[in-house]
Amino acid sequence: MTPFIIRRLAIAIPTLLILIIFSFLLMEAAPGSPFSTERGVPPQVLANLEARYGLDQPLWKRMGIYVWNIVTQFDFGPSFVFKDRTVNEVIAQGFPITVTYGVWSFVVAVAIGGTLGIMAAVYHNTWLDYLAVGISVGAQVLPNFVMAPILVIVFTLWLGWLPGGGWQGGQWQYIIMPVIALSTSFMASIARLTRSSMLEVLNSNYIRTARAKGLPMRRVIFLHALKPALLPVISYLGPAFVGMITGSVVIDVFFSTGGIGQFFVNSALSRDYSMIMGITILTGALTIFFNLVVDILYAWIDPKIRY
Amino acid sequence: MKKQILALTTAGLLLGTTALAGGHSHPVTGEKLADDQTFSYRLLDDVPTLDPQLIEDVSGSHVARQLFEGLINQDADGNNIPGVATEWSSPDNKVWTFKLRDNAKWSNGDPVTAQDFVYAWQRAADPATASPYAWYVEITQIMNAGGIIAGDADPSTLGAKAIDDHTLEVTLDQPLPYFPSMMAHATMFPANKSVIEQHGDAWTQPGNLVGNGAYDLAARTLGEGFTMVKNDTYWDKDNVIIETINGVIINSEDQALTRWEGGEFDMNEPVPSGQFPALQVKYPNEANSVPRLCSYYYALNVSPVGPEALKDERVREALSYSVDRNVIVNQVLKGGQSPAYSFTHVATAGFEAPEIDYGTWSQAERDAKAKELIAEAKADGVDVDGLSFEILYNSSDVHKQIATLISQMWKQKLGVDAGLRNLEWKTYLDARSQQDFEIARAAWCADYNEASTFLDLMTTPHGSNDGKYSNARVDELMAQSKTSDNPQPLYTEVEELIAADMGMIPIYHYANTFMLEETIKGFPMNNAENNWYVKDFYRVAQ
Repeated sequence: MTPFIIRRLAIAIPTLLILIIFSFLLMEAAPGSPFSTERGVPPQVLANLEARYGLDQPLWKRMGIYVWNIVTQFDFGPSFVFKDRTVNEVIAQGFPITVTYGVWSFVVAVAIGGTLGIMAAVYHNTWLDYLAVGISVGAQVLPNFVMAPILVIVFTLWLGWLPGGGWQGGQWQYIIMPVIALSTSFMASIARLTRSSMLEVLNSNYIRTARAKGLPMRRVIFLHALKPALLPVISYLGPAFVGMITGSVVIDVFFSTGGIGQFFVNSALSRDYSMIMGITILTGALTIFFNLVVDILYAWIDPKIRY
Repeated sequence: MKKQILALTTAGLLLGTTALAGGHSHPVTGEKLADDQTFSYRLLDDVPTLDPQLIEDVSGSHVARQLFEGLINQDADGNNIPGVATEWSSPDNKVWTFKLRDNAKWSNGDPVTAQDFVYAWQRAADPATASPYAWYVEITQIMNAGGIIAGDADPSTLGAKAIDDHTLEVTLDQPLPYFPSMMAHATMFPANKSVIEQHGDAWTQPGNLVGNGAYDLAARTLGEGFTMVKNDTYWDKDNVIIETINGVIINSEDQALTRWEGGEFDMNEPVPSGQFPALQVKYPNEANSVPRLCSYYYALNVSPVGPEALKDERVREALSYSVDRNVIVNQVLKGGQSPAYSFTHVATAGFEAPEIDYGTWSQAERDAKAKELIAEAKADGVDVDGLSFEILYNSSDVHKQIATLISQMWKQKLGVDAGLRNLEWKTYLDARSQQDFEIARAAWCADYNEASTFLDLMTTPHGSNDGKYSNARVDELMAQSKTSDNPQPLYTEVEELIAADMGMIPIYHYANTFMLEETIKGFPMNNAENNWYVKDFYRVAQ
C-alpha cells in the first residue's frame, strides 16, 4: 500500500503542473483583460497597470515566475481585482467558511441519504421504500439554486426564524440554510446509489446464507451487507466531497457566506488571473487528494482490490 | 404592601430610563429617534478596493464617502458644501485656493493637512500607483497631470501645492469653472502618507485603514460584507446620528429583494428590472425611483471597418427614429427611466435639455420620417434592400429584451434585419473597443455633475468613443466649453449636432430604483449623482 500511495503522490505533481499550464493558456486565450472597463483605460494607465502586475512580461516568463513563487514561497500572488488582498489571503478567508458548510453538508447528505437508501432497500417495495424513493426524487429535482430562494422565503420571510444570509464567523443559525440547500441533491444521489447497490447485495448468495443461518436482520445488514454495498457510493463520495468543500457559487451568492465558490466564478468573469489560478490549483489538489483517499478506502473495504 | 411599592418604584424607574434612552430627538427636525441607530444596505458586488485613489466603481465610491472626506461634500440636492475645505476661490478659474478647516483629523488622531491632498493627488497620477482612475486627475486639468501619468514628469511637479497646513493652492493647465465640483469624487480624497507607507497595499484592510470620514472600518469579509462604526475623531461627529453601517453583499437581485422584505437590511439597490411598479403598490413608502446620471445608447460603428450603410446619415436617422423609446421605458424597464432623444442626462446640474426636433414628434411621425429617409437613401443609390445589422450587447436579460424589441421595430418599420450577438462582459468590452461590432449597446455614467462628462465622449479623440463618431465642430465646441463661463449654449449646439448627424442612438436616461426602509430619513433623493453620506441619515422611532 505505501508504495502505491507514494507513486500516486508522485503522479500528482506533474498532474498539477499540467493543470497549471493548461489553465494559464486557457486564461491567456480568453479575450479581455482584468483592467478593461466600459469607460476604457487610457493606454498609458493600462501600460502602468500591466507593468505593475507583470503582464508586460512574455507568457513563458510569467508562468515560470508564477510556478517558482508557489514552489519556493507558497505565494499565489496579489489579486488583480481585490487590490488590498493577496490570493493567499482571499483563500485563507474564504476556504474555512466553505469547508465548514461543506463538511456539514457532507455529513447531512451521507447520514440522511445513506439511511434513506438502506431503508428503501431493506423494506423493498413497501411504503417505506416508496417514501424514501419519493423523498430522494423530490430532493433530486431541487438543486441548490432552487432550494436556496425557497428556504429564504420560508424561513426568513414567512417564519422569521433564520437570518437570510451572512456568516458572522460561522454561528449555527447562519449555517443551517446553506447546509440544507447544498446537501439536498447530494443526499438524493446518495440515497438512490445506496438503495440500488444495497438491493443487489441483499439478493446475493452469501446474504441468503447469512439469513438462512438465522442471523438477526440487523446483523446481516450492518455486518455483512453494508460494507460491499458502499463501494459504488464511495466512488461517488470522493468527488462529491471535493465539490462540497470547494464551495458552491450558488450558496455563496444567495447566502452571502463569503465562501470561496463565488470567487471562483467571479474571478473568471473579471479576469482576476491570479485568483483563477489559485482556486483552480486548490480545487485540483483537493480532487487529486480525495481520489487517492477513495482508492485507499476501496482497498480497505474490498479485500479483492490490491494495489 | 412594601413589596408592591418597591415593585412599582422599580417599574417607574425602568420606565423612566427607557424613556430617556429612547427619548432622543433629532436636533433640527425634532423627530423622535430610534434607539438603534444602525443603517444597513445591500451591495450587488463586493467592492474591489477601499483605496480612494484606486476606486473605479460606484459602490466603492459609496463606501469611500463614509470613510474619507474630500475638500468638498455635496448636500441633499447635490450642491457643493464644505468638506475638509471651508472656503475656496479663484480669480481666474485657473488658480484655485482652498482653505482647510483646522479641526479635521484622521482616525489615528493626525491632523488632516493640505499636504495630505497633495500627496493623494500625486499618488493618483503616479504611474507607480497604476490607478485605473488616474485619468480623472488629468481631466480636472491640474497642471502636469497628463505628463505625470505618461511617465514624462515627476509626480512632484503636479500643480497642487500646500502653502501651509491649511491652505491648498491648485494650478490648472487651463481654466475650469467647475473644478470644485470635481473634488467630491473619491479619487480626490486625501490620503495618509505614513499609513500607506507603513502597510503598503494592505493599508485598506480593517485595523490598518486610517480615514478622515465620519466612519471607521471595523470589519470586512470579502463576499459577505463589512461594518463601519462612527469615527470619534471626525470633526463634525456631534452631528452624526447613525452609529453603525453594515454592508451586505448579495449578487442575486431576486434573493436580495426577498431578504430585504425579510427585514435584513434597510436599503436594497437596485430592484430587479421590471418589478418596480408592483413594489410601488406593495410598498408605497419604501419603493423609490430617482434619476441617475447615466445614459443608455446604441453606439453606431461609423469607423472605416463599420458597415457601409451606417455611414449614410439618413440610415442612421431612420434607425434612431424608428426606435419607440416609450415602449422600452414603459413596458420593459418600468422604473422611472425617461426616453432619451439627446445624450446628456436631463437631470445633470445646470444643463437645460435642448429641444431636439425628433424628440417633439409623435412616434407615428418619427416612423413615417424614418421610412421616407430609407426611401430617399435608396433613391440615391444606397443599398438598403436586405439591409441587416448585428446588435452587440453584454449578456444580460434586460439588454437582450431591449435588443430584441429594437430589432423587431426595425424589422417591422424599415424591413431591416438585426441579428443579436451577446458576449460575456470582458469579451464584449474587447469587441467594442476594437470596433468589432456594427451596432453596440452601451451606457455612459457621469463622473461629475456637469454636461461635459457626457458630451466629451462624442469628441474624436475620446478613448470610449467606440463608434468613432467624429465632427470637427463638436470637438471645437467642447474645447471651447472648458473655459467658457456659460457653456450651456455650446452644449445645446453639440447635442443638436449629434442629433443631426445621429452619431449614436440615445435610448433612455437611467433611474435608480431602490427600496429604503421608511424609518431611515435624510437620504438625498434630489442628489442626481446619488452621492449619499450616511452622516446625514438618521433612523426615526416607529
